[in-house]
Formats: sequence, C-alpha cells, structure tokens
Amino acid sequence: MNKRFLYLLLLPGILFLAAFMLIPIMLTIASTFVQDGQLTLEGYLHFFRDGYFNRILFTTLRVSVVTTLVCILLGYPTAYYISRTSARKKSILLALAIFPLLTSPVVRSFSWMIILGKKGLLNTFLLSTGLIHDPLEIMYTPVAMMVGLVHLFLPLIIITLLGVMENLDYELVLAARSLGASSFTAFRKIIFPLTVPGLIIGSILVFVGSLTAYTTPALLGGKERVISTFLYQNAMTLNDWQAASVIAVIMIVITFVVVGLMNKWANRLNPKG
Amino acid sequence: MKEGNRALSLYTLLVFIFLLGPLAIISVTSFEPGTILKFPPEGFSLRWYKNIFEVSMFMETFKTSVIVSMLGNLLALLLGVPAAYALSRFRFRGRDTLNALFLSPVLIPGIVLGFTLLRYLIVVYGLPIYAGLLIGHTVIMLPFIIRVIASSLANFDFAVEEAAQSLGAGRLYTFYKIVLPNIRSGIMAAILIAFLESFNNVDISVFMTGPGVSTLPIQMLTYVQNYFDPTIAAISVILMVLTAALMFIIERLMGFAYFTKR
Repeated sequence: MNKRFLYLLLLPGILFLAAFMLIPIMLTIASTFVQDGQLTLEGYLHFFRDGYFNRILFTTLRVSVVTTLVCILLGYPTAYYISRTSARKKSILLALAIFPLLTSPVVRSFSWMIILGKKGLLNTFLLSTGLIHDPLEIMYTPVAMMVGLVHLFLPLIIITLLGVMENLDYELVLAARSLGASSFTAFRKIIFPLTVPGLIIGSILVFVGSLTAYTTPALLGGKERVISTFLYQNAMTLNDWQAASVIAVIMIVITFVVVGLMNKWANRLNPKG
Repeated sequence: MKEGNRALSLYTLLVFIFLLGPLAIISVTSFEPGTILKFPPEGFSLRWYKNIFEVSMFMETFKTSVIVSMLGNLLALLLGVPAAYALSRFRFRGRDTLNALFLSPVLIPGIVLGFTLLRYLIVVYGLPIYAGLLIGHTVIMLPFIIRVIASSLANFDFAVEEAAQSLGAGRLYTFYKIVLPNIRSGIMAAILIAFLESFNNVDISVFMTGPGVSTLPIQMLTYVQNYFDPTIAAISVILMVLTAALMFIIERLMGFAYFTKR
C-alpha cells in the first residue's frame, strides 16, 4: 500500500485536531504551572486549600455518584425487560428511549423546571392533596440537579445495557434452567455476570457525563455550583482565566482517571477475556 | 416467572413515564394562553408559537445554529470520511492511536473544550467568534462522523474494491463508484446524527457568543434564566418535532443498531 496515499487521507484530520484541540489543551495545561514567569504549583494548591472549592468538588462527586446509582437502578431492569420482549415492542421501546437522548438538554432541563419549581406541578399536586402544607424547595438544590441528570443519562445506560443484553447467548440460560436452576439463579449466575462489563461501561458514561454536564446544573442548580458551572463562572463572569484553566485541568484529570480505571475493571471482569 | 414479568413490565412502564412525561408536560403547557407557564393550561392558544416568529432573537439564533451545524458538518465530512476510510481499510502502525485520537473529542469534557477554544482560538490566535464557533462544532462532530461511517464500512467487503482496482480502476474512481454508493446511507445517517449533536450543543457554544453571534440553545438558556413564559415550551415542541422527524429518517437509513453499540 502506498504510504503517501495513507498520509493524504489522515493528515487533514490529524492537523485539524492538533491545531484546534490538542494544542489549545496542552497550552491550557502548561499555563496552570506558570505564574509571573515562574514554575509553580500554587494554582492547584490555592484550590485544594479553598473550602469553597472543595465543597463544590464534593457536591459534584456526590451528585454524580447518586445519579449513576439511580440510573443503574432504573436502567438495568428496564433494559432487561426490553431485551426479553417481542421484536415489535422492542423496537418501539428502543425508539422511545432514543428520542429523549436526541432531544436538546435545554428542553429536557426546562421540563423539570416546570415540574420541580416552587409553583410547579409537583408542589401544586402535593399541596392540593394536603400531603404537604408548605411548598417543597426542590429547585436549585442538588436534588433537582440529580433528577435532571438522571433524566438526561438514563436513556444512555438503557441503550448501552440493551446492546450487551442483545448479544447475550440465551441458550446458556436455557441450559441452566434445564439443569434445574431457578430463573432467579440463572439470572444471578449467568445473565448478571455477563452484563457486568456493559454495566461498567454504561456507568462510566453516566458518571463522567454527570461530572462534566453544564446545562442541567446551570438551569436546575441555581446558585448551587458544580465543577462545570464553576469553570464557566470563573471564565466568563469573573474573567479569572488562570483559575478557570486550573479547574479545566482538574476536570480532564478526573475524567481520564475515572474512564481509565473503570475500563480496566470492565476488561478484567469480561468473561470473554 | 409470569408474576415477575408483570412486575418488570410495570417497572418499565414507570421508567418510560419518567422519561417521556416531562416532555409531554412541556408540550401541553406550550398552548397556555396566559403569560405564566401552567399545568394544565387554562385554555388553548397558539400565541406563544406566534411569539417565537415575532421575537427576532429566536429566528436569528435558529439561523445561526442551522448554518453552523451544516457548515461544520461539511467540514467534518471532508476531514472525517477520508480518515474513516483509511482507518477501516488499512492495517498500519499507529492505527489504534489514531483511532483513539479521532474519537477523543468525546472524551474531553465539552465545557473544558469550549473554554480552551475561547482562550486560544479567539484570544491568542485572534480568530473571529463565528469561526471559533464553527471550528468548535466541527471538532465535536468529527467523532460521530467517523464512528458512524466506520461502522458502515465494517459491513462493506473491500474485496469488491480490490477487484475493481485489479481491473484497472484508479483509487479515487473506485472510491467514488464503488465504496461511496455502498455506504451512502451510513453517510446520510452520520450527517443527521452529527447535525443533532451540533445543533443541541451548549458546552462549546456557551463560550462562543458575542455581538450578533449566538446559537438557539444558548439563546433559550439565557431566556429561561430571565423569563418564565411559555415561549420556550413552544420552541421545545418545535424542536421535538424536528428531532422526531430526523430520528425517523435515521431509522430508515441504518436502524437504531448504531445507538446500542459502544
């Protein structure tokens, strides 16, 4: 094969990504280690000594962990049901799961503003039934963000798990059943272990997505900051680009560490090796 | 097992109500005649739909969004189709690394990418905001273009191409006459998926706004933070109809198998 031809095909894309992604990111990373012309870790130390920043980081991690767990809890049984249902029903349910995924995050977060607001649907309903006497303050709290993020990422984990479950060899379950295993045992011993790598991949997508989401926390979080809205605030409102760069680098590092560790874990647990 | 099935189907039903209910609620409230969003609405009116077309900021930003998504798409295709072809067709050293490079824009948090682009493209390289917006959208579309096209090339038998070449057809000619027609629906699907990804983007665009430059999602975001009338609900409905239409075409072109693959 002609080497020159290969370069011709690949080079434009490589140069484009180098100029408009890699170099800007490298420069951003480099800029965080320099202050007044001197090499320093001060930018990072400043952040990790700051209680306000630590609280934001903690809120972000907590919201992302809970979002991921709730998505697993809601998504796993749903994906399992879809994978076992008739072909016709399956394609309808798959389409219904993909539709929100392709719908604008602004639209989806906005829909929760209508529901969770002080005079929103939920409060109106609960007040009218007499279950509560004062409206609940859900909007602009971590709970509101979590609800919005679960809504945002649930389709993603459902379709990821569905992909794994579709490829599952169901003969194994039938074999186990014919050898006397109950359907619960068959699920626990066969289906679940085979889907764990997919579950981990789906969880990575939800966790990293929640960790770095901007729109949903911006709309449902109000003054409650997470790391991505904090980055935006530092860059655009406070014009502190040095601080924004440090936050950006922290976000990249967390993302890569999480993706790397969980991918390794998924590979180790993959029974197919 | 029957009993378990019933519980599971009820569970699934509730999950889908959670997923689609809020979108249904937005749709209903968009017909509210009053100035405050209410559920259920107190009547039926298309007033807020009319408002979208009368408020120039929504029309202007809609136009920007469509133009940026289409131009960015074209750029991403020019860069992405050759790359996807090379990565699927040839085995060479560094292939895995390049594959990772081309898919990496989805790994970098969007908000981080947006910020670095603002800081370096606009401020250091001195590009106009509009160019920055276009480049940023091209970067995030590229992985989608490459992934979808590579997956349709995976189903293509390159022996056919080799046969044509052994009969004396040139590389470009065989690509144009043999490969391209075979992956046409994959390319169309890639265009639509990338379009939706770009059209809905907030994370990059939120940094690339300036005098006269903003996209529809950013305009909506700003509007929602300041007003709470049913205009956004009406726009949401229009966007959902658009999404549903594009989804229908994507299904026709390549099915939904792409979405369940990771």
